[in-house]
Amino acid sequence: MKKNNNSGSQKAWEQLQKRTNREISGKPVPEIRLGTATCGRASGALETLAAFREEITRSAPAARLLEVGCVGHCYAEPIAVVANPGFPPILYGPVTPGVARRLVRDFLGEGDPCLEFALGAVEENEKIPSVFELPRFRMEKKIILEHAGWIDPARGEEYLLRGGYRGLFRALGMDPRDVIREVKAAGLRGLGGAGFPAGEKWEICRAFPGKTKYVVGNGDEGDPGAFMDRALLESDPFSVLEGMTIAGYAVGSHRGFLYVRAEYPLALERARTAMESLRGLGLLGKNILNSGFDFEVELARGAGAFICGESTALAAALEGKRGMPRVRPPELAEKGLWGKPTLLNNLKTLAAAARILDQGSPWFRSLGTSRSKGTAVFSLAGKIHNTGLIEVPLGTTLREVVDTAGGGVPKKKALKAVQIGGPSGGCLPAGLADTPVDFDSLKEAGSIMGSGGMVILDEDDCMVRTARFFLDFIQKESCGKCAPCRIGTYQMLKILDGLTRGKGSDAEMKILEELALEVQQGSLCGLGKTAPNPVLSTLRYFREEYEAHYREGRCPARSCRDLIAFYIIPEKCSRACEVCVGACPVEAIAAGAKGIKVIDQEKCVKCGSCYQDCPIEFQAVIKVSPPKTGGK
Amino acid sequence: MDKFVVLNPEEELRLIREEILPGFQPPEPRFLLPVLHEIQARLRYLPLEGLRAVSEYLGLSAAAVWGVATFYPQFRFAPPGQNQVRVCLGTTCHIKGGEAILESWERELKIKTDETTPDRLFSLERVACVGCCSLAPIMTVNDSIVGKSSPISVKGEILKAKTVRGPKTQTNSNDQ
Ligand SMILES: Cc1cc2nc3c(=O)[nH]c(=O)nc-3n(C[C@H](O)[C@H](O)[C@H](O)COP(=O)(O)O)c2cc1C
Repeated sequence: MKKNNNSGSQKAWEQLQKRTNREISGKPVPEIRLGTATCGRASGALETLAAFREEITRSAPAARLLEVGCVGHCYAEPIAVVANPGFPPILYGPVTPGVARRLVRDFLGEGDPCLEFALGAVEENEKIPSVFELPRFRMEKKIILEHAGWIDPARGEEYLLRGGYRGLFRALGMDPRDVIREVKAAGLRGLGGAGFPAGEKWEICRAFPGKTKYVVGNGDEGDPGAFMDRALLESDPFSVLEGMTIAGYAVGSHRGFLYVRAEYPLALERARTAMESLRGLGLLGKNILNSGFDFEVELARGAGAFICGESTALAAALEGKRGMPRVRPPELAEKGLWGKPTLLNNLKTLAAAARILDQGSPWFRSLGTSRSKGTAVFSLAGKIHNTGLIEVPLGTTLREVVDTAGGGVPKKKALKAVQIGGPSGGCLPAGLADTPVDFDSLKEAGSIMGSGGMVILDEDDCMVRTARFFLDFIQKESCGKCAPCRIGTYQMLKILDGLTRGKGSDAEMKILEELALEVQQGSLCGLGKTAPNPVLSTLRYFREEYEAHYREGRCPARSCRDLIAFYIIPEKCSRACEVCVGACPVEAIAAGAKGIKVIDQEKCVKCGSCYQDCPIEFQAVIKVSPPKTGGK
Repeated sequence: MDKFVVLNPEEELRLIREEILPGFQPPEPRFLLPVLHEIQARLRYLPLEGLRAVSEYLGLSAAAVWGVATFYPQFRFAPPGQNQVRVCLGTTCHIKGGEAILESWERELKIKTDETTPDRLFSLERVACVGCCSLAPIMTVNDSIVGKSSPISVKGEILKAKTVRGPKTQTNSNDQ
């Protein structure tokens, strides 16, 4: 094996460090970093950005304003970090345009840190309570998301300043086989869903002969309810690109593809900008860090098909074909893109590999459980207070994730289930909340680790309707190549559809279960093989809920619209309040005698807006199921 | 998508042949998806004649191009309305009432999903997930993402789209 010119990279590395350090030296200026990832934008971050810009021009022209990604606290978006010399940097949220103006005027101008809008300081200090005292910050261990939300995703210099590219630098001084050994020793498992040991995959790909090999970063993230990879790319594309480059060096590839779904335009844009920045720094392209190693990455855009997250389908899509999976083996590592050995990893796996090369495998192994090393990134959404992204050591229990990091279920509702792994995963009931989150424990409980989507369901969510939702999704996304998936999931959906309308029988339930097993066993690829999981797991834990639907025409969670009705209890209705009237999209609610509101059942579309919006002090709107018996 | 450009079929074809395709060198089948994306980014849909030009350029059969273009949900074969509305029906949006929002759009616009209003002001699509789950339910109107939406907020969005953007008259690319 040709050893790399380590002294050459050493010099290039030192020069690079000098160059980036020069950038920050000089007199410190006030600096505002505003999160403008997609979730921030959905909460009005662009309006906040404009307000900051305006007010800075007016009253603090020396201040710098930067757009960053997402620190993971979506519930408090838009989020900004303000670093005012003389104070520790402080995290604020939600920063509305009004708050933005005050921060510039009162904090930058007058030295009043406006702590009423702060989440806390982001450095330990004497003056201001720090965010690290909050339970969520205490339990999190950020490795993959270490830099997300803190750095400017457009400037590689910022990533370098925080220790970025030390992993690649170290790798370039090692024999590629030792790089692989390091990843293997770390025990890193793939974070794209299946949990395949990453080092082993690299080793297999390296072992296949050939001058041309490819590395693919899988950023398709088609699981509905998941947004980890989007946030990673929008916040810190550098970690992913560093990981890809290390992987390329390790397996002997000079060309990578970063595949990102088309639904993520901002992630695509930020990845492209980041790549340009890295090329300018000599960290991507020819002769990286003067080591003699070339690695180029091409950005590829998906086109809305979930199946393209599957490795062989993704390869077909990259070749310009329909994204249909093929039988494996041969694995991509042997016959991948254009028949060449191809290494495909999830983006989080690649980012984690970059950290491992920097900090060493013993450090990584110290996190997690005996069989699942490192951390897991989850997107928390659904019926939970503190939605957003979290990264915790593997082995953390579901309860800790939901209650401590997520702040529990809102509106005093009861936790019902946690949906993990999207359409390939399952629903674990509240009773299993002490399950540790790791590859093996989740599998045993009937779910999968998946890529990290976690949706919290409460007592108002119907498990049959949830199972139907996923089957509907799978039905739409099935590529149609193999019959068990194409036809089997269609028949399953029809039965589930009936159930949510109160139709069904014991015989149909039996067919549903049989079909589930047949689709599981007979399908060609992971899509079909795992498609029955949402059905099987809900049947396992919530069978009586299924039975109530077809035996009694009742939806116990009062969620299936054909089986419920909304009424307003006259005694509870406040005559002065008109919230429900305004919330109803079909004008089905009107004030009757003495100003008491009544729902016109003919007009009602059962959207639940009135139920949701009726002020908590009245709670006058009720849902009943079955619809005919209640209401008085 | 502020520039709303409507071209006649000859101009569309010229744009594809002379401005888009030559950007992909050398012609290789693997450029098919990027080419389709580029055409849709410029014209907002894929014209049939344009697909024929693509197949000739990349050396693929017309059937292969059509097969790929129709496989991926992202592509459309008729021009969308001036305002593109997408309602997210991912898991979180589903449990938070995304369906009711989609129905609200259908009711207000008097069209079904995947249709365009007769005045071409709005078209309505569903999307599997935009990955913005923490602010569910989500809808997107053109490039803006609306978080924590509700069935009634649809009326406001329609009004906003009509007043802010107004029913623009069709313009030619040269006018911009
Ligand atoms: C239907 C289907 C969809 C998938 N979608 C994704 C995805 O969006 N992202 C991803 O990383 N892996 C996805 N996978 C898993 C990939 O096939 C593959 O296992 C993974 O990307 C490997 O990376 P890892 O070893 O780093 O986990 C999907 C698998 C199936 C069957």
